[in-house]
Amino acid sequence: MQASSVFRESLVTGGKTMADVSQDISCQVENKPSRLWWTAFSISLVLLIYGGYCCWMMLWHGIGMWGLNKTVGWAWDITNFVWWVGIGHAGTLISAILLLFRQRWRMSINRAAEAMTIFAVICALSFPAFHMGRLWLGFYWALPFPNAFGSLWVNFNSPLLWDVFAISTYFSVSLVFWYMGLIPDFAVIRDRAVRMGHMTRARIYNGLSFGWDGAAKTWMRYESVALILAGLSTPLVLSVHTIVSMDFATSVIPGWHTTIFPPYFVAGAIFSGFAMVLTLLLVTRKVFKLEDYITIYHVELMNIIIIVTGSIVGIAYITEFFIAWYGQVPAESYAFINRATGPYWWAYWSMMTCNVISPQLFWFKKLRTNLVATFIISIIVNIGMWFERFVIIVTSLHRDYIPSSWTMFHPTMYDIGQYIFTFGIFFTAFFLFAKFFPVINMAEVKSIIKATSEKKNTQAH
Amino acid sequence: MGTTKKTYWKGLEQLKNDPAYIKNADKEFVNLGVEEDPGHSRRDFLKMMGFSVAAVSLAACEAPIRKAIPYAIKPVDVDPGIANYYASSYVNGGDYCSIVVKTREGRPIKIEGNALSSVSMGGTNAQVEASVLSLYDNYRLRGPKMGDQSVDWETIDKEVQGKLAEIGAQGGQIRIISNTLLSPSTQAAMDKFKAKYTATQHIQYDQVSMYGMMKANEESLGAAIIPSYDFGKASIIVSFGADFLGTWLSPIEFAKQYATTRKIDEDHREMSRHYQLEANLTLTGANADYRTMIRGSQSGLAVLQLYNLIASKAGRASAGAGMENVENLDKAAEDLWANRGKSLVVSGSNDKTVQILVNGINDMLGNYGSTIITSAPVNYRKGNDEAMASFITDAGAGKIAGVIFYNCNPVYDHPMGAALEAAIKNIALTVSTGFTDNETGSAVTYRAPDHHYLESWNDFEPKKNIYSLSQPAITPIFKSRHAQESFMVWAGESNVDYFTFVKENWRNWFYSKNSGGVDFQSWWDKCLYDGVLEPGGAVAAALTFKGDVSAAASTVSSTYKADSSGLELAVYESYGLGNGSQANNPLLHELPDPITKVVWDHPVSVSQRDAAALGFTNDGESNTQLGTLTAGGITVTVPILIQPGQMPGTIGISLGYGRTKVGKVAENLGVNAYPFLNMLNGSVSMTASADVSLTKTTDAFQLAQTQTHQTYMGRESVIQESVLSEFKKNPGAGREYPKVTKWDEKVDPGTLSLWKGHDYNQHHWGMSIDLNSCTGCGSCIVACNVENNVAMVGKDEVIRRREMHWLRIDRYYSSNGKHGDYRELEKASENPEVVFQPMLCQHCNNAPCETVCPVAATTHSTEGLNQMTYNRCIGTRYCANNCPYKVRRFNWFKYHDNQQFYQANPSMNTDLGRMVLNPEVTVRSRGVMEKCSFCVQRIQAGKLTAKRERRPMKDGEVVTACQAACVSGAIVFGDMNDANSAITKLLKIERDEKRPNGIDKKIGNPRAYRVLEDIGVKPNIFYLTKIRNKEASREDA
Repeated sequence: MQASSVFRESLVTGGKTMADVSQDISCQVENKPSRLWWTAFSISLVLLIYGGYCCWMMLWHGIGMWGLNKTVGWAWDITNFVWWVGIGHAGTLISAILLLFRQRWRMSINRAAEAMTIFAVICALSFPAFHMGRLWLGFYWALPFPNAFGSLWVNFNSPLLWDVFAISTYFSVSLVFWYMGLIPDFAVIRDRAVRMGHMTRARIYNGLSFGWDGAAKTWMRYESVALILAGLSTPLVLSVHTIVSMDFATSVIPGWHTTIFPPYFVAGAIFSGFAMVLTLLLVTRKVFKLEDYITIYHVELMNIIIIVTGSIVGIAYITEFFIAWYGQVPAESYAFINRATGPYWWAYWSMMTCNVISPQLFWFKKLRTNLVATFIISIIVNIGMWFERFVIIVTSLHRDYIPSSWTMFHPTMYDIGQYIFTFGIFFTAFFLFAKFFPVINMAEVKSIIKATSEKKNTQAH
Repeated sequence: MGTTKKTYWKGLEQLKNDPAYIKNADKEFVNLGVEEDPGHSRRDFLKMMGFSVAAVSLAACEAPIRKAIPYAIKPVDVDPGIANYYASSYVNGGDYCSIVVKTREGRPIKIEGNALSSVSMGGTNAQVEASVLSLYDNYRLRGPKMGDQSVDWETIDKEVQGKLAEIGAQGGQIRIISNTLLSPSTQAAMDKFKAKYTATQHIQYDQVSMYGMMKANEESLGAAIIPSYDFGKASIIVSFGADFLGTWLSPIEFAKQYATTRKIDEDHREMSRHYQLEANLTLTGANADYRTMIRGSQSGLAVLQLYNLIASKAGRASAGAGMENVENLDKAAEDLWANRGKSLVVSGSNDKTVQILVNGINDMLGNYGSTIITSAPVNYRKGNDEAMASFITDAGAGKIAGVIFYNCNPVYDHPMGAALEAAIKNIALTVSTGFTDNETGSAVTYRAPDHHYLESWNDFEPKKNIYSLSQPAITPIFKSRHAQESFMVWAGESNVDYFTFVKENWRNWFYSKNSGGVDFQSWWDKCLYDGVLEPGGAVAAALTFKGDVSAAASTVSSTYKADSSGLELAVYESYGLGNGSQANNPLLHELPDPITKVVWDHPVSVSQRDAAALGFTNDGESNTQLGTLTAGGITVTVPILIQPGQMPGTIGISLGYGRTKVGKVAENLGVNAYPFLNMLNGSVSMTASADVSLTKTTDAFQLAQTQTHQTYMGRESVIQESVLSEFKKNPGAGREYPKVTKWDEKVDPGTLSLWKGHDYNQHHWGMSIDLNSCTGCGSCIVACNVENNVAMVGKDEVIRRREMHWLRIDRYYSSNGKHGDYRELEKASENPEVVFQPMLCQHCNNAPCETVCPVAATTHSTEGLNQMTYNRCIGTRYCANNCPYKVRRFNWFKYHDNQQFYQANPSMNTDLGRMVLNPEVTVRSRGVMEKCSFCVQRIQAGKLTAKRERRPMKDGEVVTACQAACVSGAIVFGDMNDANSAITKLLKIERDEKRPNGIDKKIGNPRAYRVLEDIGVKPNIFYLTKIRNKEASREDA
C-alpha cells in the first residue's frame, strides 16, 4: 500500500496489520472502562462541580466576586481565555497544515489533538462569556442579529467583536473537520458491533457515522472534503490568535500596544498547543496502550516543533524589550522595566524560565526522546504560557499611564474556581471522548502501516 | 338511498312536546333563566368580562412604582420633573455657608453655593455638599423621647416644664449648652427662656476652639472678637499651622480669597507667595510654596522669632529669644517686610500669647485695615473654653440642676466629655435637642429633636451686620420640632411658631433700616429669595493694636521649647468628617482625605523617620500595623500611616472619629481624639506633648486608600509644573511638547491620526482645570457623587480598589529620585511638594474606549461628549482597560437594593435614603460601566430651556456639579465653539477657518496642556500648569 523508504523509520511500529489497528483502537470503545478511567473521570467531574459552584456564585453576586479592580479590568478571565485558545491551536494545525504538507506522522495524533482543540475552545469561550457583567444580554447583543432596538448594531471596530467572529468560525470549522474524520471510524465500530451482535451500539454508531457505506465514491468525497476543510482551516489557525492578539495590540495601553503581537501570539499558541497535545497523548498512549501508534518518533517530531516555536516566542520577548528601549516612549519603557523588576517580577521570570529556557533542553536528543522529560517539560511550557498571558494582561494594566491608579491584582477563590471549572469541562469531555470515540484515526493510520510481510520480517529478526 | 325515516330530536323536550319547548321553538336562542333580569344584556356581559379581564391583568402586573402618590391638587410652585431652588443657609455649630437647595418634587437633592453671599461667595465644601444626605439619615430621631421611650410632644413638654418649675422654685442653676450660636432669633428665643428661668446661663463652646485668639484680641485690640481676613489682598501669606484652606475658621471664604491670588496668565504674571510652618501635612501646607516642618511645641518660638526678625527691620525692640534656624523663616521675614500692608500672618494656635505675637507682627507689617479687617468681626467661633470647663466642673460637683444641650454633643466632642457624661447622671433635668442619635443624647433623659437645617426656619449673622435666612426645603420628615419653639414652649410662651417669630424679628430689627421703601411682605420675600441680607454701611469701629508683646513673649519662651526630643501629638480636624458631628454620613467617609487618600478609616500619621525608628512599615497596598498610642494617660490602638511631610517627632491624629452612638455608618470607627486635647494658657490646645508614646503591636492592619501610589514617577505627560520666575520669562514654562517620530521628521502627536475626527456643528463642550488654583479640597467629589447618584461602596470594596467615584483628585508627592531611577522615584520626599490633579473622564475626541466596545455602548456625541449608554452595556470592561486615564468605573456588584451595602450606601438601600437620589440620573445596575458624563443631564436641561425660550444657549447656563462646587474656580466648563464663552477666552481658542467646528481647536493659552498628549486621544479637558512661587532651584519630581 505504502511505498516506504528504508531510510525512514516506520510511523507505526510493532508490525500492525489493518485488523490489529481496528482491534486495538475500537476495543477501547467496546470494552468496559477501566478502573483508571473511572478514577480520572470522577476527579474531572469533581472539578467540574466545584468549578460550577464558583461559577454560579459569581453569576449570582456579580463580577466583584473575582479579584478585579478599577485598574485591572481583566486578569485571570482573559488570561485563561487566551491560554485555552492557544491550546486549541495544535489540533487544527496538526490536522490541516500538516495534512497540506503531507506530514504523515500526524495521522496517529490528529484525532486526539482535534478533540483537544474542540474542548479547549469550549473552555476558552466560557471566559469571554462569563467575564461579561451582563452575560444574559451579552450573549446576543454581541452578535450581529437583526433586532428591534432601532438602528442598534454591533461595533465592527471592536477587536472583541472580531474575536467573536474569529473564534466561532474556528470552532465550527474545527468541529466539522473533527467530526468528518470520525465518520469512517464510527462505521468501523458499527460494523464490528453488528458482527458482535451489539445492536444498540450498532444503531447509535450507525447514526453517528451517517450511514457510511465505504464505497469508493464515498471515500473519494471524504478525501476531497478533508482537503477543502484543511484548506479552510489553515488560514484560521493563523487568524484566530492573530485576532486574539489584536485585543491587546490595537489598544493604547503600554505593553499591549505592540505590532509584534500577531506572529508572537500565533507562535505562542502553537507552542502551548503542542505542549498540551504532548501532555495528553503521553497519558493516553500509556493508559490505552497505544505505544505502537504514538511512537517516540512522534514525540520527537513534536518536541522539535516545541523548540522552534519556543525559540520564536523567546525572540519575541527580547524584541519587545529592544523596541521598548529603542522606541523611547517613556510609558512603554517603564511597562517593560516594570515587568521584569516590578512587583510582578516573579510572574515575568516564571514565564522566561518556562517558555524560553526549558524548551531549549530539547536540543539534547536524549531529552527529546525521553518520555518523562517530555512530559515534565510539556507541563512546564503550559505553565509558562499561562504566565505569559498573565504578564501581558496584568502587569501591563496594573501600572499604566496615570500613577495614581496603579494597583495590584489578587485573585480570589472564585477566580481560581472559574479556572478549575474549565479544567472540569475539558477533562470530563476528554475522558468521555476517549471512552466513546476512537482516539486514533483508524482510517488514516491504516494507510501508513507497512505491508504484512514487514510483520513477518520483524518477527523473523 | 331512500328517504330516511329517522327523526332527530333536539332533546327530550321536543320528543315530549313540552309546552315550554313549543313556546320557544321558533327562537334560535333560548333565554335560559335570565329572563327574569332583563338588565343583563350581552353588552353587560361584555362590559363585565372586559372589567374582569382588565382587573385581573392589572392585578397581575406589579406596578413599578408602588408608593408614588400624585398630587390631588398641584401646588403652584411644584411642576413634576422641574427642580425648584431655595436659598437657605447651612449652619453646623459655627460653620456657615450660604446655599441654594435644589429640590425635586419636594425633596432636597442637592446643595449648591449661593453667589449672593459675600461670606461664602457661592462656595461650598465637602461637608456642606454632603449635608443633604444627613437629612435622610436613618438614625435621625423619629420624635421626642424620654429615656428610650418614644413619647409625644405634649408629654415631654409637660415633664420638662414640670421639672423646670421645680428647679425654678428651688433656685437651681440651669445651663443651656451650645456650640457657637450664629442665629439672632435663636438667641432671642433663648432669651425668652432665660427671662422665665432667671438662673439660666447660656454657654457656648467650640469643638475646635478659637478662644485663645479671642482673648488675645481682647487684650491686644480691646475687643474679644475675631476679625475678618482677606487672603485675597495678601501677596505674602505666612501661616503657622493654620489650615485656612481646609478647616481653620472659615475655609470656604478663605479658599475663595486665596484662589484669586493663585490665578495667573500671560497678562497677569504675579501670584501670592505662601509660607506654611506646621507639624502635620495639611491641605494648606500642601498648597504652600514653602513648607517648613515644625513641632507644635516649637511653633510659639518660631512666631516669636518671626516677630524679632520683623521687629529688627521695623526698628523695634525684639521680644525675648526666639528659635534660631527655622527653615525659610528669614526668607519669609524678608518677603513680609517687602510687602508691608499686603501680607498676612496667621496662626492656628489657640494660645493667647502666641496670637498676641501674631497680632504684633501683623501690626508692624501694617496689615490691620488691609488684610485683617477688625471692623467686620466674624461670629463663627464664640466658644468660651473656660466657661465650658467650669460648667463641667460645676456639673460634676452637683451645682447644676438643669441643662439643655442645644444641638451639641459635648459628651463626645469636648475633652472633658467623660466627666460630663458621669455628671449628667446627677443633674435633675437633662435635655438634648440634637436631631440624630448621639452620645450626649443617649446620656440625657429628655430628647426634644430639632429639625434638620433643611427643614427649618432660621436666621443667622455670620459676620457683623451680614444676615442670612434659612428656610425649609421639605416638610419635616419626622415628628421633630424647632428647638427654638421648644425653648419658647418651655418658657410658657403662647405664640411659639418659629417662622412667625423669625419674620417678626426681622420686621422689628431690620425692615425699617433696610427696606428702601417697599412693603414688608415684598421686602421679606426678597430676603428669602436672596437668602442673605447684607446692608453694608455701618460696621464696628476699626481696632488698633496695643498689646503687651513682651509679656506674651516671656510666656511663650517658658511654654514652648526649641529642642525636638520626644514625641508629641498634633491633633487636627478631619477634612471629611470635620468635628465629627456629621459622622454618620457615608459621603464623607468615602471622600478620600485630600492628603492621605484614606477612606473609612482613622489612621495616625507618623513621619518616615519615626516609622523607621519604631519599626512601622507601609507597603504599596496600604498594609500597615496597629500601634499603641498613649498620651496624657489615655491609650488607644490605632493603625499607622507613614506620612511624608509629617514633622519627625510628631504624631498626627484627627478629630471626628470614634463616635460610639451615631448609627451604623460610623459607629466605632476609629478613636475619639478629643480626650487628648488639654488646656494651655487658658484655652484648649491642639498639641499634646505630655507622656506621649507610640509602640508597635504585632497586629497587621489594612487601610483603605483610593490612591496607593504616591508619586508621579517624573511623568511630565501627566504633571507639568514650573516656578514663577520661569513663568515670568516664559508663560509656557514647565510645558512638555511631545513629538512623534515619522520616518523623516518629528511631528506633533495630534497631527497623526487614523481617524477623520468629528465635526461639532452645535456645541463643543470642554473643560479647563487650573492645577495652580485647585487646592485639592475634594468638595467637587462629593458634589459629583450627589449629583450623579454615585454609589458608595464601603471600606472592603475600596481595599479591593473599586471605589466608584467619577471624579477623583490625584495627589502626588515629589520625590528625590532622578529621572529613570524608578525605584527611587516611587519614594516620596521627607517634606514633599504636593500637586493635586482632579481626574475625570477626559471626553477624548479620539476616545480609545469607544472603539473597543463590542456593542457600541459608549459612543461619541455630536457635541464632543463621550457618552455611556448603561442599557446597552454588557460589561466586558474592555473600555476601562483601554482608558489611559483609568476613570471608568464598573458596577462589580449590585450596589442598590442590596443589604450587603446597607451601611456604606444607604441612599440606594433604604426608603429614606433613596429620597436623595437625583431623578435625572439613572441608578446603574450591576455589571455595567459608568463614568463622568460632564453632567449631561444639566447640559440637556440647559438646552431645553434655551429651546423653549427660542434663543441660543448662553455661556454659564450649564454648570457641571464639580464646577459649581469648586470654591477656587479651578474648573471652567463651557462651549468651545462659542467665541465668547469663558472657556474659549481662558484657553484662548483661536478659530480655525479651515475646519471651525473640528476637534482640533487651536489653543492659545501657553499653560494649557492635555494629559498624555503623546498618545493622541485628544481629550476635551485641558489642564493649566502648576506654578509654584519659589526659587528656581526646582526639585525634579
